[in-house]
Amino acid sequence: MTSASLDSSPRQAQASGRPTEKRSAYRLSPKTTQKLAMACIWSGGIVTVLISVIIIGFVLIGGIPRINLDFLLTPPKGGLSGEGGISTVIVSTLFLVIVTIIMLVPVGIGAAIYLAEYAPDNFMTRLIRYAVEVLSGVPSIIFGLFGFALFVTALHFSFSILSGALTLVCLLLPTMIRATEEAIRAVPYSHREGALALGATKWQLISRVLLPSALPGIVTAIILCIGRAIEETACLYVTMGGSAAMPTSLLSGGRTLSLHVFYLAMETRAFEKAMATGAVLIITIIVINFITNWLSNRFQARLRGTN
Amino acid sequence: MFPVAVMLVLVIALAGCAQSAPTTPAPPSPKPPVTTPAPTTTPTPALPTTPAPAPPTPKPSPTPTNPSELSGTITEAGSTTVQPVAESIAAAFMSKYPGVKVVIQGGGSGVGVKSAAEGTVDIGAASRELTPEEATKVTPHVLAKDGIAIVAHKSQTVSNLTKAQVADIFTGKITKWSQIGGPDKTIHVIAREEGSGTRAAFEEMVLPKGAVITSNAILQPSNGALRTAVAGDPDAIGFLSFGYLDDTVKAFSIDGIPATVENAKKGTYPIVRPLLFLTKGEPKGIVKEFINFCLGPAGQEIVAKDYIPVN
Amino acid sequence: MSRYLKDRLATYFVFACASMSFLILLAIAIFIFKGGFPAFYEIGFFDFLFGTTWRPNQGTYGILTMIVGSLAVTAGSLILAVPLGISCAILLAEVAPYKVRQVLRPCIELLVGIPSVVYGLVGLILLVPAIRKIGGNGFSVLGASIVLMAMVLPTIISISEDAIRAVPSSYKEGALALGATHWQTIRQVLLPVARSGIGASIVLGMGRAVGETMAMIMVIGNSITFPKSPLDAARTLTGNIAVEINYASGIHESALFATGIVLFFFILFLNSVAVVVLKRGTYDQRIT
Repeated sequence: MTSASLDSSPRQAQASGRPTEKRSAYRLSPKTTQKLAMACIWSGGIVTVLISVIIIGFVLIGGIPRINLDFLLTPPKGGLSGEGGISTVIVSTLFLVIVTIIMLVPVGIGAAIYLAEYAPDNFMTRLIRYAVEVLSGVPSIIFGLFGFALFVTALHFSFSILSGALTLVCLLLPTMIRATEEAIRAVPYSHREGALALGATKWQLISRVLLPSALPGIVTAIILCIGRAIEETACLYVTMGGSAAMPTSLLSGGRTLSLHVFYLAMETRAFEKAMATGAVLIITIIVINFITNWLSNRFQARLRGTN
Repeated sequence: MFPVAVMLVLVIALAGCAQSAPTTPAPPSPKPPVTTPAPTTTPTPALPTTPAPAPPTPKPSPTPTNPSELSGTITEAGSTTVQPVAESIAAAFMSKYPGVKVVIQGGGSGVGVKSAAEGTVDIGAASRELTPEEATKVTPHVLAKDGIAIVAHKSQTVSNLTKAQVADIFTGKITKWSQIGGPDKTIHVIAREEGSGTRAAFEEMVLPKGAVITSNAILQPSNGALRTAVAGDPDAIGFLSFGYLDDTVKAFSIDGIPATVENAKKGTYPIVRPLLFLTKGEPKGIVKEFINFCLGPAGQEIVAKDYIPVN
Repeated sequence: MSRYLKDRLATYFVFACASMSFLILLAIAIFIFKGGFPAFYEIGFFDFLFGTTWRPNQGTYGILTMIVGSLAVTAGSLILAVPLGISCAILLAEVAPYKVRQVLRPCIELLVGIPSVVYGLVGLILLVPAIRKIGGNGFSVLGASIVLMAMVLPTIISISEDAIRAVPSSYKEGALALGATHWQTIRQVLLPVARSGIGASIVLGMGRAVGETMAMIMVIGNSITFPKSPLDAARTLTGNIAVEINYASGIHESALFATGIVLFFFILFLNSVAVVVLKRGTYDQRIT
């Protein structure tokens, strides 16, 4: 017995002898409701695509015409005129990222190894995992505040690349740990058994078997962190200072590309330069995303044995 | 057991950093002060172009050292009002002494006072008088004098305001342009954040005692951001350092006096304040050289382009 | 060095690395609380949290306006993002053919990668003048909500899509066998079953919205009053910290750290709600 409510026509019901329901004039048939709903759903998708096209398109179209070798190689002419290029900014960004990665990778990999291989199921481990979860949810301005209190003021590193890098390490550690742990866990168990059967110590197992196998995943994790470091603005705003000069040492201040976009937009009316810098940023991030996707696909393929 | 010990050691180390003492005060310099030619009281209305009263010791000659000998880095941070002229002077200084690097940052007068007091930077910049409490922590050096202009969008029809009208607009008593002879639109008040020296000077000189800027004001974090905001909004009004005036905004005449550097020098324009460089204690070494350079003929010539020189 | 010694040293090394995460969290808690405690002590906990005036130069520190500002902007962004995000998730999970998915997914992934300052830049150049034409002066809660919506959208879409996909196909097949239309299946079977995952995505989106700083400073106007309409300017908790931290000293600086404490707990609360909502769901959803 089919459910009467799914019948669309009272006449049909009458003809087959089923009791007809009284239908209110306002009730739409399920087919119409479906058409309306699908229209809404498709328009949701279209609006989403429009939003990303408008945002990215606006910045790229406004900015790319302005990017030329001159723009990339001249330093910005000081905080007001908005003239000049972004050479010092690019150098600061690279410097910052390199210092951050140097400090982040050993600690991140070490922690991930611990969580994947060594951690017993006790209170300490749960605490560490809880800490990683909480840290990944803390907003970056709080990291900025922390970095300002600890690195800039208490440790007297002042507004510098070092303070910014240390703050970034704290911010990115959860991301690095999670991604690396995934990579290590993905190594098939047979590899571990084989190594142990040959008499390896745990560390030999890790350093000679697991890490090399997990390497593509680890590299993906590192590149992911590089991408996030370049995007970061709030925590660097309060730890790096706003100087647009070429950084000469770990303790010099600097500006990253994101910060430069912010200063250009707020201080000067050089919106084209801001968009050009934004375009450089977006292109860099697209390239990084692309590399990450490609690497992780290779990583999956290799594990599945199809490489 | 051992892992727990490792953790305890790390925690104690971190806690130790948390307790670290603030910057040790710089040892007082034995040399007599040479860099404050003018007393830093409220600015006198008449500013003669003759040099200020002679300091206790003769000012050193502009280039006492061989340009190739000086080297190092000088960091400066603070008032966005001082920032452009500081950058110009820094560029001139660096081309003269190629071994020195001068780094200029912004942040607002509050940043300048705080960073100089804590020793985070070598020189702090402020665009207002120091409070008595601040004066115990840093030594001021008057670099220039600067006027504060009241600005609006360049399409604004109103051209002149009385000081009382300005005060009423910014405290929120006057809310529509029609009340002062303009179109029937709401006035959008744009001001600076509280740490701004420009804001503090404006409040002290224009607003009646105890009055505050209306809480409906949009706050921008620097002179440049304020100018950008005013230049984009036809109904906006704000206050801006003279050095930032350009053709994107229109400056009102106050009580009939146009906002020009000449009027500020003459003393007829009513809103003028000092621009200060702040150091923790007496400056030494390349910092001293830089400040001497700023106060010497080369530096003051650069100042005179948009501001009022003190020498 | 013998390999056994290396092994022992390595054990300590990795444990130290892992403890770093816990130590960093502890350090953050210590510094932020140490910084903020004087403010709570001197200003009074309730005066600080519920005071309606923030004028550091006058010595008044009340962050209620900032709390309302943050909540208003978050609510606005969710009102815009949730319908859009869920529709898009349904589109991706159920309705769209393969080719459309190939186009849609990269768009969403790109939105994730854009730095917040670029959103702020577009907001400043496009949104603020447009909103000025409607009323007010452009720097408004509305503009900030629109910008935040664009930032929160990818989170909601991807997690909701995962939740919808995770519903066992037997549920869907059963409903279709009973003669339900596609939409009836989605509305009455799939969505209710996936609701814990969708709820978690909304809560996580909320967390991201509350924590956003730079884009907010650029488009919201940073004024210290309550926003009485979406066209009014306001200030968020995050904006309060970022705009004033560089020069604040004494009690003012401590008040900013105290703002950080409030923010910290708020986000902690939101994240815990997300975990609970997730665990209560029938299916184990994997969050990226």
